[in-house]
Amino acid sequence: MSKLVYLVPLFPLLGFLINGLGRKSLSKSMISLIGSGVILASFIVSVMLFFDVKANGASVITLFDFIKADGFQIPFAFQVDQLSSLFLLIITGVGFLIHLYSSAYMQDEEPQHYGRYFSYLNLFVFSMLLLVLGANYVIMFIGWEGVGLCSYLLIGFWFKNNDYNYAAKKAFIMNRIGDLGFLLAVFWLLFRLGTVSYGDVFANISKLSSFDITGITMLLFVGAMGKSAQIPLYTWLPDAMAGPTPVSALIHAATMVTAGIYMIARSNILYTMAPATQTVVAVIGLSTAILAATIALQQNDIKKVLAYSTVSQLGYMFLGLGVGAYTGAVFHVMTHAFFKALLFLGAGSVIHAMHHEQDIRKMGGLKKYLPITHITFLLACLAIAGIPPFSGFFSKDEILTAAFGKNPLYYIIGVGGALMTAFYMFRLYTLTFLGNFRGTHEQEHHLHESPWQMTFPLIILAILSVFGGFLGIPEVFAKDAHSLEHFLSPIFAGSEKITGEHAHLAASQEYIMMGVSTILIAIMIGIAISRYKKYQLNTDENTGLSKVLEHKWYVDELYNAVIVNPLNAIAGFCKNIIEKSGIDGLVNGAGRLVGYGSRQLRLLQSGQVGNYILIMVLAMVVFVLVWFNDNAIMNFLNKIL
Amino acid sequence: MPIQYYIYLCLTLFSIGIIGVLTRRNAIIVFMCVELMLNAVNLLLVAFSKMHHGVALGSSPTTMVGIEGQIFVFFIMVVAAAEVSVGLAIIVMMYRNTHSVDINFLNRLKN
Repeated sequence: MSKLVYLVPLFPLLGFLINGLGRKSLSKSMISLIGSGVILASFIVSVMLFFDVKANGASVITLFDFIKADGFQIPFAFQVDQLSSLFLLIITGVGFLIHLYSSAYMQDEEPQHYGRYFSYLNLFVFSMLLLVLGANYVIMFIGWEGVGLCSYLLIGFWFKNNDYNYAAKKAFIMNRIGDLGFLLAVFWLLFRLGTVSYGDVFANISKLSSFDITGITMLLFVGAMGKSAQIPLYTWLPDAMAGPTPVSALIHAATMVTAGIYMIARSNILYTMAPATQTVVAVIGLSTAILAATIALQQNDIKKVLAYSTVSQLGYMFLGLGVGAYTGAVFHVMTHAFFKALLFLGAGSVIHAMHHEQDIRKMGGLKKYLPITHITFLLACLAIAGIPPFSGFFSKDEILTAAFGKNPLYYIIGVGGALMTAFYMFRLYTLTFLGNFRGTHEQEHHLHESPWQMTFPLIILAILSVFGGFLGIPEVFAKDAHSLEHFLSPIFAGSEKITGEHAHLAASQEYIMMGVSTILIAIMIGIAISRYKKYQLNTDENTGLSKVLEHKWYVDELYNAVIVNPLNAIAGFCKNIIEKSGIDGLVNGAGRLVGYGSRQLRLLQSGQVGNYILIMVLAMVVFVLVWFNDNAIMNFLNKIL
Repeated sequence: MPIQYYIYLCLTLFSIGIIGVLTRRNAIIVFMCVELMLNAVNLLLVAFSKMHHGVALGSSPTTMVGIEGQIFVFFIMVVAAAEVSVGLAIIVMMYRNTHSVDINFLNRLKN
């Protein structure tokens, strides 16, 4: 059964090839049918694999020998175990819903661009599947690079706009900086252990010194920083909102950005043995969570708020990984995929209805025009804020409780971030859906609910956001009810053994913490709704702290000043001085020299016969002297000269 | 006669020929000087042939040792004749086109 795992990435690859090559000849309905159909097929196979893993456990399927060199070999193998099958379900399931949504959202495009879009999306799903299915770090890296490439292609999808191209370039370059760290870690592993397969690495971990482990995990985390948008490599994600909204939903909410978390969850033994790195991961995750939350408080573009929200939630996931709550982090990945994809798709529905207006200050009162979008968006906001019994509550709570166990300060700051999350999400909700409509009459006339291809995914994702949390009920509520933890326990067994049994908080203390945080969150929601319900459109400039937050703490400007401008200056210097004067001078000079020489040489051809005869005679004389190198002639010459 | 006399004579003739070729303007005179050079060489060859043959005769009366020089003279004469015929044909064509036999006038190969 698990031998069929190769089908899972094969279907999207076929979809990519067919849609990509046939984009000028296929019709739009055919393109969307193929594009979405292959993902549905992968989803069905993933479900079968999931049940197979649940019944029979993990397996490694080798397809062929990829790299075989003296001393090491890297097979092209897939690892089908609990972690990868869970991620497969998320990727193909949410991916299918987003493909379905895109078939209606991108209807205004010409058929060849429509085909190009679906081929890129399929290529992305293929790469992501390679990433999670790989049985060694190299296959994962192939997928890692592939998703980076597809992110670039899809962000810059509307390539006629130069700003979008800059955003795509920025995303790809920052990704690449992270990839360098990842590659160095892979080389280090290969050098030390001679293998990069998960099974071999984790079995031979005792052969690595603690310096090795710390270095490797830090470098892997640098890769995760780039891919999953942590400080300092996060600024590409808000700019990536230049791409179509379903792209933002798929790549920058549900899948690509979770690649870093998957990688660290997969390497959990390495991280558990490097507590220094874990602290770094936790601190960076927490600071990213807070920083992004503060910026989101003052953003006015609906997608930018969601982008910063994604960065913030990713920070929480890394916090979970950093304190050893691996299951919690993976759980949060799952619930986040549901509600963030739902939020982005809902935002897309709103943008579609508002005819591509994205400024929330110009929206309002949309709840009576877009009922399904409104309800699903509200459910997603409640989930992300962490109100029980929605899914976000369970996953976030698990992370925060584990953080409290490591260091109470993590918990306090984390709860602060959660309060900000609740506030800005409900600010977004209120400004968009409640109150009075603040747009033009023209826009109001055109407001309509989206077609079924767009609302059906919204409904499915809403159901998942509401009930998805019940997969991970914590111990205080019911003993042994955390089905996700049971399912994933073989993956994290190694780490569990090393850290030992962690001290459980008293049940009463946990209830109090949960209750207090829930009440505080509810209060924040109330404040947000009441403050923004009567919002009037005004164009006052923000001042003071609001201005700093609106300008994203001027981080982009800082990067521009410190990194981008000096690099451009160096490049300019190279171009003007080294290239123009130096190298061009040399090359052109050689040409000019040849020209001058040949002009001088041309004068030899005077056409005068006498000249020619003279030269012939002189040449003969020289020839005779050289050839018949006779002592007598030489002495004679020396005597007379 | 000692061989040096022949050598000096031929040297003188050859140099006169060379100077003539380099300095004269009339194409026919240049030809004559070329002939002069060739004949100087012929003379030298014959003289040396006689010298070598004379030396070889001393050891065995019926030897044919030094004769190659005289035979080679015939070859040179043949070449001279052929070259003259071709050269004069070129001069005639030259005259027909430009009505002059001045070699400085023919610089159509210039540049």
